[in-house]
Order: sequence, then structure tokens, then C-alpha cells
Amino acid sequence: MAVRKHPYITTLCVLLILSGVSIFIGVGSLSWDNPNAMQVLMISRLPRTAAVLLTGASIAVVGVIMQLLVRNRFVEPSTTGTTEAAMLGLLAVAILAPGWPIIAKMVVASLASLLGILGFFFLTRRLPPQQPLLIPLVGLIYGGILGAAATFVAFQADMIQFLGIWMTGEFSGILAGRYELLWLAGGLAVIAYFTADQFTVAGLGRSASLSLGLPYGQVLALGIVTVAVVSALVVVTVGMLPFIGLVVPNIVSRLMGDNLRESLPVVAGMGAGLVLLSDIIGRVARYPYEIPAGTVFGVIGACIFLWLLLGRKSYA
Amino acid sequence: MISVNGLSHTIGPAKILDDINLQIAPGGVTALIGPNGAGKSTLLSVVSRQVPAQSGEVSLDGADMKRIDHAALALRMAVVAQDVGVASRLRIRDLVGFGRWPHAKGKPSPKDADIVAQALAQFDLTALADRFLDEVSGGQRQRAFVAMAYAQDTDWLLLDEPLNNLDLRHARRLMSELRNLAQNAGKSILIVLHDLNYAISWADHIIALKDGRVAFAGETQDVMTSRTLSALYETDVSVMAKDGKTFVWHHN
Amino acid sequence: MPDRRLLFLAGLFAVSCGLYLLWGLQGRIWFILELRGIKLAGLCVVGAAIGIATVLFQTLSGNRILTPAIMGFDALFLLMQTSVVFFLGGFNYAGLPGPFLFAMNTVVMVCAAVLLFGALFRRSRNDIQLMILVGVIFGLLFRSLTGFMQRLIDPSEFAIVQGTMFASFGGINRTELIAASILLGMLSIWVWRQLPLLDVMALGRGPARHLGVDYDRHQFQLLCAIAAFVAISTALVGPITFLGLLVSALAHALMRTHRHVHLLPAAALIAIIILVLGQGAFERLMRLQSTLAVVIEFVGGLLFLVLLAKGKIR
Repeated sequence: MAVRKHPYITTLCVLLILSGVSIFIGVGSLSWDNPNAMQVLMISRLPRTAAVLLTGASIAVVGVIMQLLVRNRFVEPSTTGTTEAAMLGLLAVAILAPGWPIIAKMVVASLASLLGILGFFFLTRRLPPQQPLLIPLVGLIYGGILGAAATFVAFQADMIQFLGIWMTGEFSGILAGRYELLWLAGGLAVIAYFTADQFTVAGLGRSASLSLGLPYGQVLALGIVTVAVVSALVVVTVGMLPFIGLVVPNIVSRLMGDNLRESLPVVAGMGAGLVLLSDIIGRVARYPYEIPAGTVFGVIGACIFLWLLLGRKSYA
Repeated sequence: MISVNGLSHTIGPAKILDDINLQIAPGGVTALIGPNGAGKSTLLSVVSRQVPAQSGEVSLDGADMKRIDHAALALRMAVVAQDVGVASRLRIRDLVGFGRWPHAKGKPSPKDADIVAQALAQFDLTALADRFLDEVSGGQRQRAFVAMAYAQDTDWLLLDEPLNNLDLRHARRLMSELRNLAQNAGKSILIVLHDLNYAISWADHIIALKDGRVAFAGETQDVMTSRTLSALYETDVSVMAKDGKTFVWHHN
Repeated sequence: MPDRRLLFLAGLFAVSCGLYLLWGLQGRIWFILELRGIKLAGLCVVGAAIGIATVLFQTLSGNRILTPAIMGFDALFLLMQTSVVFFLGGFNYAGLPGPFLFAMNTVVMVCAAVLLFGALFRRSRNDIQLMILVGVIFGLLFRSLTGFMQRLIDPSEFAIVQGTMFASFGGINRTELIAASILLGMLSIWVWRQLPLLDVMALGRGPARHLGVDYDRHQFQLLCAIAAFVAISTALVGPITFLGLLVSALAHALMRTHRHVHLLPAAALIAIIILVLGQGAFERLMRLQSTLAVVIEFVGGLLFLVLLAKGKIR
């Protein structure tokens, strides 16, 4: 496969092609004789494409970090309650202090998802280590509980429709001025790249890290904060996009191994590419209506994941 | 009589059994021995129909095993598999009671209850009868499964390494009980054994497997020699006699 | 001999039904009683279906963590229902008589479940953990596919079927209830005749086969029955993920036995009691509407995690 030989170039080419397609698809036409073409491009198409790329890349990167920190291949923020925790935080702000600026809401959502991750870590510590697949299951149930709490609160406060928006990741509402927070998520992904080696070592476990002289606690903290903030950012701007953080790292790990310094750019690129593809499919499948990218990827991602699980005899 | 004709079995790329031809005579204790990975457990599970025969044929008293229906087979052959995990929360008495299922089909008579009580006593489990399976030790659980097969009261009894987890006393007691069943109750017993000393002391017949083929088979005193065993395990093994008993020595 | 604990549950069941029917009864008594009666019957049918399906499923999978809902059976039912609407078209679907729709959805559900989960059971027979994970992913896949197909259906047609597709505790459909009760009755009689066999099957495939049970055939039959039970409960009130888990954990803790003759009635009764008392409290005490499923989700999930952390589930 081409990815194996020239991973960076292949990823880049695919991304460029998909981005081109994404920019030219839409209800308003982008031809030279359309006087509003430039406006459509700058206000809607470019921001949308950028938002998709940033989201996909940062979610995939966060998925890898989470997997290394939990030391389990089958977890990611949206299947371990992190996203639901962020929603609970957002709900709390929306009910208690609706007037706060978006940045303050972001901070609260990030703190809430931080608590969510810590709760999950606490739970996993209590599980028997010989059953690795129990961890993702517990994550899903933990997420289900937080989700039920969020639904209950939202129901009482008559805010179910907000929850619906956060639960389904889609990009149809993205315009210039509504997505810029995502650059922050992209920035965090870049920082993760520069600390990639440390995450790789941390993935070997606490005792191995300490014996190599790595400040395990600090790396863990950095990782957790990154995961929490990115999850919260994505939920606030586009909504929940499950599976990307799970599927992409697993594919890349099979293709190129687990050295993050090498594989992280490909993880980010593939995440961005798959989300972009889902967004394009969602826009084309039922034109002129849109199917949320999260729903499309739910189908694609689940199929890929099942193939990963069943295609190989003993994987975990 | 169990006959195995041209039996081969592969798992993935590995050929586990390779053209096995055997007759296992009724009556007496027959021990299956051989190094790790020789195919002992696979042979036992094909013979007991836990795994379908891929090629070749296994027959029980002349009838093709494939054609005997499940319920009928359970009246003729009981099996103790290796490390069986049971998920439901069972008391030992209930587990052993299931040995009567092929006879009673869920409506146990007083006679069935007697047989269960006797099986419990036979394997030293009466005091543990009301304990849950997940609350007893590995050896006690192992004995409970043997007792269950015993309660099934079949002509054939197949056991896959039943001595695992058993202490000296209970291992010896199990072997002597099996021998007793063979001699006095006319049962036929096929047992996978690791410890050659148990095989040489208690088995009437030996079948030795190596790399999926029959290395040798026959009466215990005829085939268990220093030469055959050394070749079988590719290790120096001596068969010695002391005070009229034979035993196997393979340490320095 | 009826077990003392079962008698206690039966008493509790009678009391909760009585409370549900009679508490705060005033005004047009017969009218209200009829409304409440239908709702109560619905809750009983759903509770029995969920309780029995969960215990049967755990017997089959040899595992106390798995429930049909966790493995995506509910989601499969919704997906099948959506597919039927998708292929028939909304107008045709809404035009069909209720009991026929119910029967068709159930048949489609049973076929799909046997195909998918039958294959999964064969594939991962020795690997419970793999089975759990694949089941969970199945659930997510079914949900996403359902969402996907709903978007593909013409929005105006979708509006027509939305009401019939998404049930809740609030509005139980009367014709569906009758069809569901009949099916539940027939299935229960069938299960009742299998009771001793179920005890043997709980030993697992190997030991059960040694005892002369044609395990694979019975597994197939049970899988069909489970799918039908799930179709009953999901058609009436929609998916409730963790109720089964809660119920079977309670039934096992209370009965402390492997015998299905005690486990199954206990599970059914406990599920009904939880639903009836919960719904009663919601309607009469807290004056809340249709969020019972959410609260059960919360409590059931929490209980599961507590049991897991305490090492009660392996």
C-alpha cells in the first residue's frame, strides 16, 4: 500500500483532493460568473472545510493520547464519558449563567470533561487488569450514565434541543466567525506532536516511564488536560463525533506501529480525511438536505472497527 | 470399543493430528501420554465429539459417532474436559446432580438423588456439597466435575488431565477409583495423563502420541520402557523397578 | 413448591399494581381506570419481556454483564423498523394495520438477530470479551444506521411514521399491546417448557453437550425467542438499555440459585415492580413525564459500575 511507503505524501495528497471537492460542493455555485462566489468561499466553504480538517485531526490525535494513557486500544473520549461530561458542564452554564461569554463556557466545559476523565481513570484503576476489553465496556456504560444525567437535566430545564445539537456532530452551521475556537484544538494537537516521544514512553506504563526518567505524573496531566480541552472544544463548536479517535489510531498503528513521533501526522491526516469524506458524503447523499457527518462516520467507523476486531484472531 | 480410522485434524496452519488409527478396547484404564502439543487433548475432544472430526472416522461399538444423537451418546460416554469454567452460580451438589440429566431429563427420582449422594461421597465432596463452585479451590472444583461425570454412570469415561490441581492424596484416590470402576464395574476409561508415574502405576493400556501421530501403543508393561519413553520425550528417561513396583525416573 | 421469595415478589407486584391503579383516583373513575389499566398492562408486558430476555441471554452467553440491550438488540429492532419504513415508504407503512406491522417488524427482527448474533456467537464462542465489544459496536452501528436511514427517508413521510416508531411510557398503543401480549404469552409458555433444559445450558456449551444436549439447536431457538422478547418491549416503549442489567443482577442476588424455574419469574416480577412503581412515582408524586427510562438508565448503569468495582461481576 502506498501509505506504508510514503505515508506523509499520500496523506497530504488525499487531503488536498478531498479539500478541493469539499470547497466546490454546496447549494450556491462557485463559478466565475457568480458575483457572490468569493463571498460564499470566504464565509462558508473555506471555514467549513477548515473546521472539518481541524476537528478530524485533533480528535484523532486526542484518541491516540487517550489510548496511550489508559493503555488500552479500544478507548477514546466519546466512548468513555468525556464528551458527556463536557455536555453536563455546558448544560450547567447554560442554566446557571446563560449570559457568560463563550470563552467562559468553554472553560467550564473543559473543566467538566476533565472531571469526567478523572472519574473514568478512577474506575479503570479498580478493574481487574487481566480483562482488557472490560475497560471500553465500562467506558461506554460510564458515558451512558453521564449521558442519562445530562438528558434528565436537559429535560427538566427544557433544553433537550441543545443536547440534540451537541450529540450529533455536523458542520452545516459552520460559518466564518463560528468555528475559530477549533484552531485552539489544532494548536493543542501540534503541541502533542512535540511531546510525542514522552507520550510514547508513557504508553509503556508507569514503572517503565519512571525507570527511563520520564516525569510520568506531568506527562499524564498534560495528556489528560489536552484530551479534556479538545473534547470540550469540539462538542461546543460541532458536536460529538464518535469513533474517529478509536478507528484512526488503530488503523495507523497497524500500518506504521506505535512510535508517535512518526505516526502522529498520519493519524491527524487520516482523521481529518475521514471526517472530510463523511462530511462530503453527508452533503451529497440526500442533496439538498444534509446528513450529519457524525452519523455518516458512525456507520463507516463502526464497520471499520468491526473489521479490525474480527479480521484478526487475537487482537486485544 | 472405540475405533479411530484415518483421523486427521488441523487448526489454522498446524497439523494437530495426522492419520491416527487406533482401537481402544473396552474395559480397563487407557492412558494417553506424550509431550506437549502432541495432540492428546485434541484426540480426546474428537473422540468425545466436542470437536467434529475433520477427516477420518471415529466409531463407538461399530456405529459412526457422527450418527449417534446427543442424548444417546450422553448415556454411553461421560467427559471431563480440561479447565471448564461455569458461569452460573452453582452449588457442588447441583453440579454433580447435572450428571443425572441424561437419565432424568430434569425430573430426578430418589434413585438419582442416591447416585448423586454416592458420587459426592466417592470423591470426598459431601462436606462441600452446599458450597458454591466459585468459592472452592481449583482441586475441589476439578473433583466436582469428575464426580459429575461419575454420576452420569456411563460405560465410557473420558478425562482430560484430571489430575491438574489435585494434591497427592486426591490424585492417588482418583486414580484408584478409576481403576476400581474399570475392574469391578466394567467401565472403560480413557484418560490424558502428564505424569508418567501415574500412567505406569494405574493404566492397563498406553497410547503415546508424538507430533500428531501414534508413537506406540499397547499393554503398559510391554510398551513403557526406558528406550521408548526416552525417544518419545527426547530426554533421558529410565524405567526402574523397586520392591516389585515399576516407576519412571527422569531427574539427574 | 412456590419459593418464599417468589411469593414475596408476587405480593409486592400485587401491591404496586394496586397502588398504580387506585392512588389518587378521582373524577371520572372508570375512564381513568381504563387508561391506567392499559398503561399498567403495557408496563407488565414490557417488564416481563425485558426480565425474561435478559436472563435467557445471560444463560446463553454464560455471562452476567451482557444483556440484549447492551449487545444492541434494541438498536437492531429500531434499525429494522426504520428499514421497513424505508423500503415500504412512509405512506404505505402508515396505511398497514397495527398488528400486521407489529408481526412484520418482529419477524424481520428475529431474522436479523439470528443472522447477526448467531454468526457472532459461533465466531466468538470462546472469547466473551470480544463478543461484548463487538456487540457494543453493533449497537453503535445500528444506531448510526438508523439515524442515517431516517435522514434518507423523505421528511414528510418520516413525520407520518415518527409517532408509531418512537414509543414511550406515556403513549402505549392499544392494538400493539394486544398483539404483544399474545406473543408474550405464547413465548412464555414455550420458555416454561424449556426450564430444566435451560439449567443445563447455563453450564456452557461443552458440559451441556457432554450431557447430551443438542446445544447449537437450542441456542438458535433461544436466540429467536430473545429477539422476539426484545421486539415486544422495544415496540411498546422504545429502548431501555440498563433495566435488564439491573433486573438480572437483583434477581440473581435475591434468588441465589441457578434454577431458571425461580430466576425467570423473579426477573420478570422485579422488572415489572420497578417499572410500575417508577412510573407511578413519576406520574403521581413528581408530576414528571416520560423520563423514567432516563432515570432507570442512570440508576441501572450506576449499579452496574458499583457491582463491577466491588468485583461482584466477572
